Amino acid sequence: MSDSSDTSDVVLRLSGITKRFGPLVANDAISLDLHRGEVLALLGENGAGKTTLMNILFGHYVADEGTIEAFGVVLPPGSPKAALARGIGMVHQHFTLADNLTVLDNVVLGTEPLWRARSRHAKARGRLAELSETFGLAVKSDARVADLSVGERQRVEILKALYRDARILILDEPTAVLTPQETEALFATLQKLVERGLAIIFISHKLHEVMAVSRRVIVLRQGRLVAERKTSETDRHDLAELMVGRAIPEPKVEPISLGSVALSLQSVTLEGEGHPRLQDVSLELHGNEIVGIAGVSGNGQGALAEIISGIVAPSGGTVSLFGQPVRHFDPARMVAHGIARIPEDRHAVGVVGDLSLEENVISARYREAPFSRRGLVDWKKVREFATRIIADYDVRCPGPQAATRLLSGGNMQKLILGREMAREPRIILANQPTRGLDIGAVGYVHQQLLKARGNGAGILLISEDLDELLVLSDRVVVMYRGRMSPPIARSDVAIRHLGLMMAGHGFAGQAHAA
Amino acid sequence: MDAISMIFEASLWAAAVRIASPLIFATLGELICERAGVLNLGIEGIMTVGAFAGWVTVYSGADLWTGVMVAALAGAAFGLLHGFLTVPLGLSQHVTGIGITLLATSLTYYAYRVAFPEVTSPPKIETFVPLEIPLLSQIPILGEALFRQTPLTYLAFIAVILVAYVLYRTPIGLAVRTVGENPAAVEAQGIDVTWLRLGAVAVGSAFMALGGAFLTMSAFNSFYFDMVNGRGWICIALVVFGSWRPGKALLGAILFAAFDAYQLRLQQLAGAYLPYQVFLMLPYILSILALIAMSRRAGYPRALMIPYRKGER
Repeated sequence: MSDSSDTSDVVLRLSGITKRFGPLVANDAISLDLHRGEVLALLGENGAGKTTLMNILFGHYVADEGTIEAFGVVLPPGSPKAALARGIGMVHQHFTLADNLTVLDNVVLGTEPLWRARSRHAKARGRLAELSETFGLAVKSDARVADLSVGERQRVEILKALYRDARILILDEPTAVLTPQETEALFATLQKLVERGLAIIFISHKLHEVMAVSRRVIVLRQGRLVAERKTSETDRHDLAELMVGRAIPEPKVEPISLGSVALSLQSVTLEGEGHPRLQDVSLELHGNEIVGIAGVSGNGQGALAEIISGIVAPSGGTVSLFGQPVRHFDPARMVAHGIARIPEDRHAVGVVGDLSLEENVISARYREAPFSRRGLVDWKKVREFATRIIADYDVRCPGPQAATRLLSGGNMQKLILGREMAREPRIILANQPTRGLDIGAVGYVHQQLLKARGNGAGILLISEDLDELLVLSDRVVVMYRGRMSPPIARSDVAIRHLGLMMAGHGFAGQAHAA
Repeated sequence: MDAISMIFEASLWAAAVRIASPLIFATLGELICERAGVLNLGIEGIMTVGAFAGWVTVYSGADLWTGVMVAALAGAAFGLLHGFLTVPLGLSQHVTGIGITLLATSLTYYAYRVAFPEVTSPPKIETFVPLEIPLLSQIPILGEALFRQTPLTYLAFIAVILVAYVLYRTPIGLAVRTVGENPAAVEAQGIDVTWLRLGAVAVGSAFMALGGAFLTMSAFNSFYFDMVNGRGWICIALVVFGSWRPGKALLGAILFAAFDAYQLRLQQLAGAYLPYQVFLMLPYILSILALIAMSRRAGYPRALMIPYRKGER
């Protein structure tokens, strides 16, 4: 981001891009320029139209109106091939890699004439090695993509674009799946790329990343371009307000004295296929407390959640609820003990999309009074209950009888919150409760969790969002490969240190000690 | 001769390779379709089409290789129909495939009746004759099994090598393997998913039709109703058995055919003691056992049976 590149050499120009999906205007007359050697951040909440805009740029979608010029030439609409040929590369949020193929195959695909009698792999391998050397993107060219970590897969995606001599690189939510260290490495790579004159569009809804990596920020809200700022002349607060369209209250955590131990795990182990999913995990959760569980997903959080939900029984160790060891692991019993769950995947596990809101809010309680009378469901009572949740938790929906899948992620999460909180739970297992939600909904979920904490509940908050953990948690633990670190009080936590622990630092020694 | 020593008879293996030939063609065809992400249950009908088209072409005076070409083209045509319904229109691949089988079979029988309204016994053609490969055919057992077959059998083996080469060594093969795994990856690299899948289904269906043509132009010398007799369904299983790899699929086809050839001989040996249906069952039972053993962990193409619609959200 040197100053010499700040001449107005526009490499890409979008003019008046409009895209409608039925009645929804996903992009409303958006125009923007991208300059050589800059990182332009495209900031906006989910559903603001960032990904749609980039998919139009890359030719996955066809815009209803507007034109795209790359290096002064108008791109034909709806052709990824043309976009690639003009030097546009895209790293999709959901990687476009074939798992059963090698890195090299994935990179080479589409770069040779299809009817060539033999792929020229040797030459390609050399060029790939050269590129990964130059840009510090280490990958093994003959490894199967299925065997790579998420960070490595992303490097393959970037290499795919560079292999085609991309001059413009679009990264769609590239850090969503990365650890803090991997994110730093990615930023370093981006730095190298812009130094070589590439132009980068960085799509994100994470403010600190946008502040760290970009030179210019464009904010989208509800399909409209609402602001353009020089990164050096703005700050996180300003951007957050632009993104949401109103002022954002910061959640306030009042100090509060701890209640008695609600949940305790002692040396809990869970065997998995080949390797243990949980190894010697111990933890105490009190009433009036939020314990944050940090870690890259897939390091045992799922297993922990399954045990506490009663879906699986641990292979070893003890789980106690309010001082009583649990003998039978069964979801219905756990619910009866006062455990509420906000599951990780709300579409798959949280609600049944094709059932109505009112059917979903009694999914755990349809056999209890007052919803069940002499074995029949009392729909009048159910409807009253659903209507109350909809009102109290501000669930935007057509009505209690609407299909739940029609709700946005945020409203679905509010419905789940309402359902779970209505039982006045004593323990709340919140697994990634704000993932994929926009800032407004995130704030609401945070408020509700803090309110439950104030009312005496103990909350286990599993999250990959370190900012969220640090704002809400009284104590934080880190999970890595099925192990859990000792708890750290919030006042003693440093993000950088957490990031290192998430990457496994400090865990090997612990293994020897145990 | 007892049941064990039969296994070492050259004639058993020669029969196995002969019985395997149509299976090899059709299995390759199904494999190509599925590698591109399209299940083709039209296989049974497309084999019937191939059997008829090749045979009727030769019967009308064309030479054998022209018959083979016509069979392949007829198969490709039905493949394009299946492809059109399942790829750009994105219809259910199961339902469409079964529909194609019913349509293709019925149309074939109709065409046969129109062409030969009066005949009681089906007309015959001069088929491919075995071609001995000099020297190689003198190898004990192997020579008789592999190198005294008809040209179509040799073509089947060449096709295995060809398909394996194209799939694993050429850019188009890479694209086909990728589109069955993750069509988004193909589109993101600037290749058209629709055309790629359509092409693969058409080519795969042409191979299936060759499998049918083998029946009328090499194994038998005329066309009968029901002559495909479930071979297409066996090929669907053989693709799974072969884990979507041409070489392993070839082995599976030969294994199945060997069971089949063996049961035919067992029937003659022990037919007096057991109803013949028991022997007919044998290869299928053994196939199921082999499937259980071999393909519990088969890595099927990830995008198999999932329609891809560009720009969908």
